[in-house]
Amino acid sequence: MADLKVALVGNPNTGKSTLFNLLTGLNQKIGNFPGITVDKKIGYCRLSQGQTTEIIDLPGTYSLYPKSKDESIVFQVLADKNNASYPDVVVLVADSTNLRRNLLLYSQVADLGIPMLLVLNMADMAKKEGISIDKDKLAQRLGIQVVTVSARKGDGLTELKQAIAQMTPIATQNKGVAVAELAPTAIEAIKKEIDTDNDYYALQVLHQHEHLTFFSGKQQEAIEAIEKAHGFDTVKLQGQETVARYKHLSTILSDVVVDTGAARKFTLTDKLDSILTHRIWGFIIFFFILFFIFNAIFSWSSYPMDLIEEAFVWLTAFGHEHLPAGVLTDLLLDGVVAGLGGIVIFIPQIAILFALISILEDTGYMARVTFMMDKVMRKFGLSGKSVVPMIGGIACAVPSIMSARNIESWKDRIITIMVTPLVSCSARLPVYTLLISLVVPDQKVLGFFNLQGLTLMAMYLISITAAILVALVFKFILKAKEKSYFIMELPVYRMPRWKNVLFTMYEKSKTFVMEAGKVIIAISIVLWVMSSYGPGQRFAAIEKKYETIEATSTDSVQLASLERDRAAEKLENSYAGIVGQTIEPLIKPLGYDWKIGIALITSFAAREAFVGTMATIYSVDSVDGEGGELRLRDKIGAAKDPETGLPIFTFAAAFSLMLFYAFAMQCMSTVAIVYRETKSWKWPIIQLVYMTVMAYVAALIAYQLLK
Amino acid sequence: MKLSQLNPGQKGIIVSFTDVEMSVKLMEMGCLPGEIVEVERYAPLGDPIAIRVAGYQLCLRKSEAAVIIIQ
Repeated sequence: MADLKVALVGNPNTGKSTLFNLLTGLNQKIGNFPGITVDKKIGYCRLSQGQTTEIIDLPGTYSLYPKSKDESIVFQVLADKNNASYPDVVVLVADSTNLRRNLLLYSQVADLGIPMLLVLNMADMAKKEGISIDKDKLAQRLGIQVVTVSARKGDGLTELKQAIAQMTPIATQNKGVAVAELAPTAIEAIKKEIDTDNDYYALQVLHQHEHLTFFSGKQQEAIEAIEKAHGFDTVKLQGQETVARYKHLSTILSDVVVDTGAARKFTLTDKLDSILTHRIWGFIIFFFILFFIFNAIFSWSSYPMDLIEEAFVWLTAFGHEHLPAGVLTDLLLDGVVAGLGGIVIFIPQIAILFALISILEDTGYMARVTFMMDKVMRKFGLSGKSVVPMIGGIACAVPSIMSARNIESWKDRIITIMVTPLVSCSARLPVYTLLISLVVPDQKVLGFFNLQGLTLMAMYLISITAAILVALVFKFILKAKEKSYFIMELPVYRMPRWKNVLFTMYEKSKTFVMEAGKVIIAISIVLWVMSSYGPGQRFAAIEKKYETIEATSTDSVQLASLERDRAAEKLENSYAGIVGQTIEPLIKPLGYDWKIGIALITSFAAREAFVGTMATIYSVDSVDGEGGELRLRDKIGAAKDPETGLPIFTFAAAFSLMLFYAFAMQCMSTVAIVYRETKSWKWPIIQLVYMTVMAYVAALIAYQLLK
Repeated sequence: MKLSQLNPGQKGIIVSFTDVEMSVKLMEMGCLPGEIVEVERYAPLGDPIAIRVAGYQLCLRKSEAAVIIIQ
C-alpha cells in the first residue's frame, strides 16, 4: 500500500509521461478505468524518507471541460472522492515555454480544493528561448510549492520528490477567480443538493454531471431541475469562466515571466516545416518514411520471428519427448503452447511498429502527417491520424489497431479500427503466394512485369480500396458521439527520447501479450480439441486400420508415408473435418470442396494456418524443407473433384479463395485486440460478421463470373 | 474579417468568435480576444491551416478558423 496517491495532470506535449517514467521507472502497471477505453497508467515511486507514493498519469488535457473521451477521465477522477484513483495530491505539469495557457488547467484544478504542486517542466528549453520565470514569486502568488524540472535531462527530480514528501493534506493554494459570481443562484442550489461547500465543484457538477456515474438517478434529475430553474447556459458560462481565468492569470504572471528572445524561437521548426509539409517534398518524404516503416516491420522482424518459431517448435518437441505421453501433455503442448507461440510471434512486429511510431510522435513529425493528410482522409470518414494504422495494417493489424488509440474522435477511431483488418497483412502473403503460383503462369508481360508479381500487387490494391470504401459506408452509418474537433497543437521538432521509445516498445508488447493472450489461448485450445478429436469409434477405427498395416509392412519408406496418411485421415474424421464436410454445400458455390472447408475452419484462428492445414490434408510432410512448397503445389494442383474428375484448383476457385482470404476476419488476435481496444464485444462481432459476409459475397461473385 | 481569409504570413488581432461552443475550445488553447495570430502555412491540400498564437503553433480546419473574427 502506498502512503500517498499522486495524480499527474497537465496539457498534452508537456512532458508529463516522460516525468511519469522518470519517477516510476519500470515499476508501473496499466489498469483500466471501468467502462472506458482509456488506459490507467499507475506507477510507484519511493520518496526520500522511505515513503512510497502511487502515481497515476492522467490523460493530457487543456481544460477540465473535455474534448474527447480520454480527456473526460481527468474530471471524473478528480470529482469523485470515493474513486479508487482519487489523489491526495495533484502534481500539475506545465510547459515553461507556454506558461499562461498551461496555468489555465492549473487554476481550474486548484479551485477544486485538492492539495497541489506545480512543476515547471522544460526549464532548459525555456532558458534557451530566453524566457525566465521567477519561481519564488509565482509560488508566493499561487500559495503552493513550485518546482523547476527538465524531465528530458532528468534535472530537478530530487527536488520534486522532496516537494511531494512535504505536501500537507490541506490545500494551501490561494483563491483565484470568484467562481460563484458566474452563476450564483444555481451554484447555491447545487451546493445544498449534493452537500458540498466548494463553489467550483458545484459549478463543474452543473456542467458535467452527465459524465459522473456516481450520482444516483434521483440526484441527476434534481441537478437537471436546478439547471432548468436557473437558466444555466453551459456553453456561455464556460466561455465566461475561461475569460475570467485568463484575466486572473495575467495578473498572476505579470513580472513573473520575462520573455527576452522571442524572435529566434521557432526558426528550426519553421525551416523543417517548410520542407516536411511542402506540397511536393512533404508527400515524397512522407511516402518514403511509410515505405521505411513497412519495410522495417517486414525485414527487421523476420529474424526474431524465425527464432521465436524455432524456439516453440523446439519446446513442443522437447516436451513431447520428456513429458509423459497423454491427453494432458498434448493439450498443453499442441493447444496451449501452440497458442502461446501464435501470440509471442507477433511481439517483434508490435515492438518495431511502436518504436517507429513513438519516434515519429516524439519528434513532432506525426502531428505534421495528420496536418497533411487530414483533408483526404476526412472524405472517407477517417482522420489524418488514421494513416499510420492503415499503413501498419500491411504488416499486421494487431499493433496497428492499438496505435489507433491516439485518434481523439470516437467515430474516426472506430472506423479506423473497423477497416484496418481489411488491409492485406503479412499473414495473407503465404496464402496469396501459394495460390498465385498454382494458377497464374510465371510469365512476363510487356517485357518486364512479372504476371505473378502483378497479381500479388493487385491483391494489395483490392484490399486497400475495400478498406477505404467500407470506411465510407461506416461514415454514413455511425453517429458521432461527440463533435469532432481538429484544433491541435503542432509541437516544435525535437530529438526523440530513446528511453521513452524503449518504454513504449515494452509496454505495448506486454499489454498485447497480457490482454489479447487470454482470448487467443482459449480459442487455440478449442481449435486443438476440434481438430484432434472426433466421434469415438471413428478414431479408434483409424488407429486399428493403421496398426494392422504397420504390423504387416516392413518397408521403412512406406512406414513414413503411413504416418502422414494416418494424420490426414484423422483430421478428415475429427470434429473440424466433420464441420468442413458439413459446410461443403455452403462453400460449393464458391468453388471449394470440403478439404478447403477444413482449412477455412482452422484459418479462423490465424489465416496463415491455411498452408499448414492444406499440407496436412494433402499429406505433405513438410512445406518448410527444400522444394517443400513445390511438392504441396503439385499435390494441390493435381487434386480432382471425385464426381466430375475436373481439377479443383482452377483459376476461378483460386481467385475466389484469395478474395475470401483478403476480406475474411480470420485472425483471433485481431478479434481479441478489437475487443480490448473498444472494451465491448459489439465491435469485434460487427467486424467479424461484415467481413465474413463481404468475403463470401466477393468470392461467390468472382467464382461464378470466372468459372 | 475571418481568420480563414488570411494568406500565409499575414497577421491579425482576434476580435470575437461567431460560434460560442467553438470559442470555448479555442480560448482554452490560447486563442483569446486581443491575441495576435499569424497564419503560418496551409496544408499541402489547402486545409487545415497552421497558425501561430500565444507563443506556439496550432493547426485547425478552415471551417474552425472561419469562426475567428480578426482585424
